Amino acid sequence: MAIKSLDDLRKIKEQAKSTTSARHESGTQVIVGMGTCGIAAGARTVMTAILDEIAKRGLQNVSVMQTGCIGMCQKEPLVDIVRPGEARVTYGNVRPEDVPSIISEHLVNGRIVNDLVVAKL
Amino acid sequence: MEKLARAHVLVCGGTGCSSSGSKLIIPALKEKLEARSMGSEVKVVETGCHGLCEMGPLVIVYPEGVFYVRVKPEDVDEIVENHLVKGRVVERLLYKEPATLDTVPSYDEISFYRKQKRYALANCGHINPESLEEYIGADGYEGLGKALSMKPEEVVEEIKASGLRGRGGGGFPTGLKWQFTRSAVNDKKYVICNADEGDPGAFMDRSVLEGDPHRVLEGMAICGYAVGSDEGYIYCRAEYPLAIKRLRNAIAQAEETGLLGRDILGSGFNFTIHIKEGAGAFVCGEETALMASIEGRRGMPRPRPPFPANSGLWGKPTNINNVETFANVPSIMRDGASYFASQGTETSKGTKVFALTGKINNTGLAEVPMGITMREIIYDIGGGIPDGKKFKAVQIGGPSGGCLPEQLLDLSIDYESLIKAGAMMGSGGLVVMDETTCMVDVARYFLNFTQDESCGKCTPCREGTKRMLEILNRICEGKGTEEDIPLLESLAKSIKAGSLCALGQTAPNPVLSTLNFFRDEYEAHIKEHRCPAGACTALVGYVITEACRGCGLCKKVCPVDAISGEVKSVHAIDQETCIKCGACQAKCPFKAINKG
Repeated sequence: MAIKSLDDLRKIKEQAKSTTSARHESGTQVIVGMGTCGIAAGARTVMTAILDEIAKRGLQNVSVMQTGCIGMCQKEPLVDIVRPGEARVTYGNVRPEDVPSIISEHLVNGRIVNDLVVAKL
Repeated sequence: MEKLARAHVLVCGGTGCSSSGSKLIIPALKEKLEARSMGSEVKVVETGCHGLCEMGPLVIVYPEGVFYVRVKPEDVDEIVENHLVKGRVVERLLYKEPATLDTVPSYDEISFYRKQKRYALANCGHINPESLEEYIGADGYEGLGKALSMKPEEVVEEIKASGLRGRGGGGFPTGLKWQFTRSAVNDKKYVICNADEGDPGAFMDRSVLEGDPHRVLEGMAICGYAVGSDEGYIYCRAEYPLAIKRLRNAIAQAEETGLLGRDILGSGFNFTIHIKEGAGAFVCGEETALMASIEGRRGMPRPRPPFPANSGLWGKPTNINNVETFANVPSIMRDGASYFASQGTETSKGTKVFALTGKINNTGLAEVPMGITMREIIYDIGGGIPDGKKFKAVQIGGPSGGCLPEQLLDLSIDYESLIKAGAMMGSGGLVVMDETTCMVDVARYFLNFTQDESCGKCTPCREGTKRMLEILNRICEGKGTEEDIPLLESLAKSIKAGSLCALGQTAPNPVLSTLNFFRDEYEAHIKEHRCPAGACTALVGYVITEACRGCGLCKKVCPVDAISGEVKSVHAIDQETCIKCGACQAKCPFKAINKG
């Protein structure tokens, strides 16, 4: 890696910013329910699918967080998407194969995937 | 593209946390994460110092920003299983406010951090100090890039406009210093970073070098460009092995990528940096002694003028600044002088890092805007005095500084008001003392230090500090006479007047300042043979009162057999034999032993 100009420096900065984005306030949040119920219903594979999808699309300014049980155990795995300034949307019974559409439709383009929605806050 | 790590676990790898065991936490975390096949989704990062060293080892988990304190390798399982797998915060490892004992989950809500303004320390604890990418990701080298697009004179003007003053002690305006070196005509000039941090209790420079080494290199390179130098030295004491290791690593990375070396960022500007390891002599923090040491000679000061700006290292114009000063430069260049100048007071701009030590709850580093009061630093940030004891004084500025008593707690902290109060900013070491600290003993401690560190060149400093120390020893032993106080004052005056460098000129300060504010303690030692704080062993005695039930425990625990008495009758201490260790008092179940 050679940095020959200010442009080179800025390119590296953009890349580096995305690798440390988890440490800053970032735009969109994806929150996966990881209580015992969520884990038993397969939240880990859903979370892995989310991380893969984000990496595949090279998305920036997204943070993936976990939360505990919120009581709707029969609907687990639950995934919430919070876009800045918009309502928090909860998806239920999420399977790994649902992840690409949630990410591309809602997270990227802001169109809620109504079939999977269980609640809006 | 690298897979997004959903969580980052930041483990402090500064000297403080390393010595309390953080080195064992990182491998334990990695191993556990691998076992859970989460190695790629959770990133473990070793960072520099977060400042709250008292509570180390510190671990912060992002994106939530949960702050865990005093983490042990055995806690790693719980952090991984509960927090990283299930998203449940491990309550028992959270920080508790010392004043209220409230649990605080998040980094930004802790009162230790809330009043701070981290400018020079912005990256410390938040980036991996061994990664150039992370530094660049935090806007690193942007300031150098901007400087190189300006004329050198404009860079000097920008630093002048910021109002930055030397953070190493004297507080000389940095821009003006740069201008002097810039104006000196010579084909070779040097830039030196003074990292010979020597004040007892000060460790801010070490933390910057360990936590954010590239920032110092960037600051030096900007300086090099501004003053017209192509070569820099960092004079760092060999007692800072981690700082030196990280600096070497940072220099190698910067050279490899072309951020140091020839034709930096295509501007035609060349700059290289060397490290010179010092042996840790206090006097080598004095600029002329420091340069003598780099040249391979004995570290002794020489008279000024000529000032280093005209004749410094190997006779060439040289600009010397302290680590913290250089650490402020990149952000000043990047954000412009006006932000920096908007912080602080009229004459003292920006922020200052203070090292909090002594009798204080939150031992560590705090960066605050100039003009803050000592009370805010000690009580709001430092969390007050432990064990419900009463505040007595705070020593600021190291061996060259002075003490501030309780009535000056609301003094605005800036260069001028500290000098006026008989102390000085110095490097920013704050040693907090409570009611059990004897101020004569404190003065003796600092005199012992300067006496030891005097290079011996000037007689008043070499002999004078020794004589002053003898007098202080005498007073602490209860053998002082009434002439001793005027004698101390007269010696202090001669030493200040007759010494070449700041070490001698300021060595008597701890004595003068304690005499000024705590003269009654000196007088109690001399006239009443009494140490009011009960700290000078020669002046305290232990007595057994009538409350003694004759259990004999004290007799058993006394290491010198000074206690005698029959079972079930009041015992007595032979004061001649007693070594005042206090073991009997600690052991007595009836609180029958008094110190007086």
